[in-house]
Amino acid sequence: MAFTDSIGAATIDGLAYVGGLARLTGGAAKAVFISPFQGKRFHMSRAIHQAMAVGVEALPITSLISFFIGAILAVNAAYELRKFGALHLVASAVAVSMTRELGPLMTAVVVIGRSGSSFAAEIGTMKVNEEIDAMETMALEPISFLVAPKFLAMILMVPCLTAWADFMGVLGGGAFGLAAASFTWGSYIQATLEALIAHDILTGLLKAMFFGLVITAVGCQEGFSTGLGSEQVGRSTTSAVVKSIFAVVMVDLVSTTIFYLTAPR
Amino acid sequence: MSPLPPKKDYIGAMTPMPVKASCAISVRNLRVKYGEREILHGVNFDVPAGETMVILGGSGSGKSTLLRTLVGLERPSSGEIYIMGKEFANISEDERDELRKGIGMSFQSGALFGSMTVGENVALPLQEHTDLDPSTIEIMVRLKLDQVGLSGFENYMPAQLSGGMKKRAAIARALSMDPQVLFFDEPSAGLDPIIAAGIDELILKLKRAFKMSIVVVTHELASAFLIADRMIVLDKGVIVADATTDEMKNSTQPRVRQFLDRVPEPEVTGEIDYLQMLTGDIPPIRQ
Ligand SMILES: Nc1ncnc2c1ncn2[C@@H]1O[C@H](COP(=O)(O)OP(=O)(O)O)[C@@H](O)[C@H]1O
Ligand SMILES: [Mg+2]
Repeated sequence: MAFTDSIGAATIDGLAYVGGLARLTGGAAKAVFISPFQGKRFHMSRAIHQAMAVGVEALPITSLISFFIGAILAVNAAYELRKFGALHLVASAVAVSMTRELGPLMTAVVVIGRSGSSFAAEIGTMKVNEEIDAMETMALEPISFLVAPKFLAMILMVPCLTAWADFMGVLGGGAFGLAAASFTWGSYIQATLEALIAHDILTGLLKAMFFGLVITAVGCQEGFSTGLGSEQVGRSTTSAVVKSIFAVVMVDLVSTTIFYLTAPR
Repeated sequence: MSPLPPKKDYIGAMTPMPVKASCAISVRNLRVKYGEREILHGVNFDVPAGETMVILGGSGSGKSTLLRTLVGLERPSSGEIYIMGKEFANISEDERDELRKGIGMSFQSGALFGSMTVGENVALPLQEHTDLDPSTIEIMVRLKLDQVGLSGFENYMPAQLSGGMKKRAAIARALSMDPQVLFFDEPSAGLDPIIAAGIDELILKLKRAFKMSIVVVTHELASAFLIADRMIVLDKGVIVADATTDEMKNSTQPRVRQFLDRVPEPEVTGEIDYLQMLTGDIPPIRQ
């Protein structure tokens, strides 16, 4: 009885949490896509500021990580493929796994660490300092003021970062291909382009957009649910990272399944 | 759940009064709960327009909860709040935001936006709620900062200000929309006596110069008597005294006298406990 009760309670908590994410996302989407046409102001300068922080400032670390991930993929692919004398397939193996899965996923991990956590810390600190209350008494909506700019920045910048990560991953794979297999840059790029189809790239980028969306929602929700006291901000930040990683994997699972079912054969 | 105190301990009206149009704030039968626990047990009072009302009470008596409910941060479980004659407690979020443009609130911690300069903090409500051009807003920001004695601090970050200056900056921000009603939560908490006296002066000046209606939550007696036109005393979520400052001062009621003359009485119970807290015998803890 107690066991089923606690499962029931956990399910209700989980649903309430997802409901909160949906409410935040809906509010932010409304502030970005609908309210500006009803004469309400959208905070474009704040969105641009966020886009710089989320996207542009993440370029160096994303480049580095994806380059090495591309190289690691190439090594792992080569390890199997050489048994069949099929080293020339390394390029396509890297291209497909990078664009379909690891480009979006590694980018999401970087973005969670850099931006998801900072959303929770920023909003959590504001909560603790009564700044969120102050906003409400000034008739400023925290969702349109704080969440919406982050939301727009993330759904645009995470796919852009992912596209760049895909490219850097291919370069990383190429570096291995040149060093250990008999590729030239020309033949490696050629092989990559032949292996890639638009569907792979686009589903990867679409997935990245969803990742951006859930990372924003989880980071902001953790911030808003920060309790009293500054030590709670640290707790929110940590939990934003853990929950975002989980949420990204869940979104990945669901969207990959849907893409598989709807893929051209 | 404490019942209303016996009549003899209570100064001021006990039964709900009709809402007067001349009041900046009227509160009727206000009850507020956190979860199942009721914090305010049916509160009634009026703040006449242009006057300063001080809400006194010990730690945990529900002062902050009352103030948060008055500015719409908590929803009452029942009762009404009228601000400038308009019902404020039982309306939609959009209607409430409209009315909020006419009130200003200064939080205990200041609650300045840490990522913005002092000037940007003061400018924000104007940028959001008006169509004024940037140069006009700049002039208004300078004016508001001037009014609180912070001229020239536009480009400071809140973290660079002292406690008293933060309070002043927060007041400037609360003033930016030229509100008719101003709310203060513990304006002098955490400040040294001289700085705190400066904040009291500022509150007096705002009332006199701008005819604002002001509600202040405090546990500082001296400050309360300096700035208040009326006072209410809150104990365990119930109003136990509601009177003008003079009535409070000249009251012959033993308990009020005891409180004002700071006579310690070891055996008292009930509302005297919080009075002792007010006089500093038991340091109040901020909730
Ligand atoms: N957010 C909250 N949730 C639950 N209980 C609260 C909350 N805020 C305050 N309380 C409780 O309400 C009572 C009154 O608190 P408060 O209004 O802060 O008193 P005061 O400001 O007079 O010290 C206290 O017992 C406090 O524990
Ligand atoms: Mg308080």
